[in-house]
Amino acid sequence: MSLNRNVSLATGLRYKGQGPMLTFVLHRIGGLGMAIFVMIHILASFIGGEVGAFLNTIYEHWLFQIFIFFCVLFHAINGLRITIVDLFPKLLVHQREAIWVEWAVFIPLFAIAVFVIISTAGG
Amino acid sequence: MATTKPRILSLSKRGLNFEMFMWLFTRLSALAIYALILFAIIGALVMGARNDMNLADVLRWGFMPSNTHVQSTEVPDLAPWSTPFWRLTASALLLLAVAHGVHGLVVIADDYIVSPRGRLTVRWLSIALMISMSVIGVYVLWTS
Repeated sequence: MSLNRNVSLATGLRYKGQGPMLTFVLHRIGGLGMAIFVMIHILASFIGGEVGAFLNTIYEHWLFQIFIFFCVLFHAINGLRITIVDLFPKLLVHQREAIWVEWAVFIPLFAIAVFVIISTAGG
Repeated sequence: MATTKPRILSLSKRGLNFEMFMWLFTRLSALAIYALILFAIIGALVMGARNDMNLADVLRWGFMPSNTHVQSTEVPDLAPWSTPFWRLTASALLLLAVAHGVHGLVVIADDYIVSPRGRLTVRWLSIALMISMSVIGVYVLWTS
């Protein structure tokens, strides 16, 4: 049995999923980012030597740290919402409110982290 | 705002095939990962991290309690950080995270690769990736 999609990529990008769609996309980007980072990190610590040290310098860069912390924090907070709502399906009706709460938790935490990362990088 | 009532089937009525099992595993492993991270952070604070480490180092230890993550800190003695207890905790976190992450990659791939042959390839690749990452990761944790 094969699945066929009858919607083109361009139509998909114009899909107006609003808040829930945005969290879905960011959850996906965050998950992918972390998966790639963790794999490179494991391989780098396994290989060691010059290649490992070079890879270390990439993820010690402050830009990369902001990116990966975004991935981790968003994936963790959004994942908690998904887990709670999925394990207690009666809460699904509060989906949109839950997403607002999620942003209210995410934005201050991420802002503090970005401030700390930049001030540490600046010396 | 649309207020259509969602159709809800209780967890026990949905049946349990492999995909449903992995769906549940993704959620439960997420909860376990939160617990392990919290556990590692509390452990670090008990072992004196407040005086010898900055917040970033505590978090680095929290996300993977391996002694290589505290090497560059002011901790006077690495021995309590490299006990079999913490290596076991780190291994549990690693295995859960790899299984959770690789399954996530399969879910993403399934959205873009729709031919049965392609999906079969993705599954074999994911199994290879999961086994190799678990083995290499556990090896690194126990030899570092």
